[in-house]
Amino acid sequence: MSVIYILWLREVKRYLRSRVQIIASLGNPLLYLLVLGFGLGPVFKRAGNGDYLQFVAPGIIGMSVLFSSIFSGLGLLWDRQFGFLKETLVAPVSRMQIMVGRTLGGSTVAVIQGLLITLVCVIAGFRPPNPLAIPLTFGFMVMIAVVFASLGVAIGSGLQDMQGFQLIMNFLVMPIYFLSGALFPLKDAHGVLKYITRTDPLAYGIDGIRSVLGAPNVAFDARLDFVVLLAVGTVFLMFGAWRFHKIEA
Amino acid sequence: MIRVQNLVKTFGTLNAVNDVSFEVAEGEIFAFLGPNGAGKTTTIKMLTTLLKPTSGKIQLDGLDPQVQRNEARKRFGIVFQDPSLDGDLTASENMEIHGVLYHVPHKLRRQRTEELLKQFELWDRRNDQVKKFSGGMKRRLEIARGFLHTPRILFLDEPTLGLDPQSRNQLWTHIKKVNEAERVTVFLTTHYMDEADRVAHRIGVIDHGKLVAQGTPAAIKEQTGTTTLEDAFLALTGSTIREESASSADQMRQFAKMWSGGKR
Repeated sequence: MSVIYILWLREVKRYLRSRVQIIASLGNPLLYLLVLGFGLGPVFKRAGNGDYLQFVAPGIIGMSVLFSSIFSGLGLLWDRQFGFLKETLVAPVSRMQIMVGRTLGGSTVAVIQGLLITLVCVIAGFRPPNPLAIPLTFGFMVMIAVVFASLGVAIGSGLQDMQGFQLIMNFLVMPIYFLSGALFPLKDAHGVLKYITRTDPLAYGIDGIRSVLGAPNVAFDARLDFVVLLAVGTVFLMFGAWRFHKIEA
Repeated sequence: MIRVQNLVKTFGTLNAVNDVSFEVAEGEIFAFLGPNGAGKTTTIKMLTTLLKPTSGKIQLDGLDPQVQRNEARKRFGIVFQDPSLDGDLTASENMEIHGVLYHVPHKLRRQRTEELLKQFELWDRRNDQVKKFSGGMKRRLEIARGFLHTPRILFLDEPTLGLDPQSRNQLWTHIKKVNEAERVTVFLTTHYMDEADRVAHRIGVIDHGKLVAQGTPAAIKEQTGTTTLEDAFLALTGSTIREESASSADQMRQFAKMWSGGKR
């Protein structure tokens, strides 16, 4: 049994055993889906942009994957202070294996979370165009998860306390979400906002999901979304591995 | 088995470990004592490859842990001052992860897990999540896990901290048993002088990063003209209380306590 597999399995088991975590992590996306999906729906329709629920559902799925994956990476902070990280750091294995195992585990959890939200969206009235859209959506979810789990590990490797965690939450995670076009169409963004949103990797992930799910107001070509996520994912994975390698307990 | 020569670790202007040298023979139980902030944990971290020394030499079973890092890591087990188990996993699963991380073959892993969990009286609870264990059971599990890959050296950083006298007594009985059966060299730190006196073959006392005495418990008592190891320790390190600022781990623990309603 490989080191990567056992560390991946650890993350998945921990998630599946924590019913509270599963339920709690559905709270925020559900709130956004119900309040925004039903609240802004009529206004969105009157403006000629189509069904808001069809538009916002991919954004809510992306949000769920973003939060879950980046928190799994930042969870390094807890493992670091409460011990388990030390157990892995003194083991005769490469840091790269540990980092990859953790990242894949966190990504898997985030994708499971994304699939649960997709199911909730369908129950709420969201309709994917055809069954083929689901595996493609799954592919984009995996890519978003790997990008942000790697970023989470990269940041978590340097965090020493909870103050740092809150800083990251307020000045990185929330801006990534709000600038991703999850809640508003990117194609209508103007000026500085337009350029800022184009530097946000989540924007390409959510746009990719929108493309394959046939949602309205798609901003980019799905192939561009794929290439950007692949490139950013590779860079973040390497960055995360480099940062993780430098950890001293 | 352990050879340390002129070991130094500085953090900025602070000399956490200052020119420390000692040797620990195979099969020996060596207690490394010192007041809070004296440099004990920093020394253990350097010995176990978690921190890079500023200067000096370390040899573990003839290997330089800075150069032959993974080979050296295979030779030792460690029980940290803070718990390092995964509370969401069962005792068996924690052992399993450790076995995989240390490349213990599947069959041997199973066999050693059973042997050690039985020896440390945890076999009946092997399928329970560790978060449901008492402090003493967690400590026993950590020590059993430390022995899983048959290390030549076991580092124990304050292994009995916070345990009641019964659990402490039981723990040392188990450790001594494995130390004798498998000829494992044990390097430990503790604040309980009676334990060190009873268990250790030899003792080293560190203060302000410097090794101020080493020898058998009897020799240290004789050297300081005292009758108990606690008196000898106070004679060597003084009776002033050492102030330490809360570490980030302490702050995190406080934060976690706040959020989990004090259950952690």
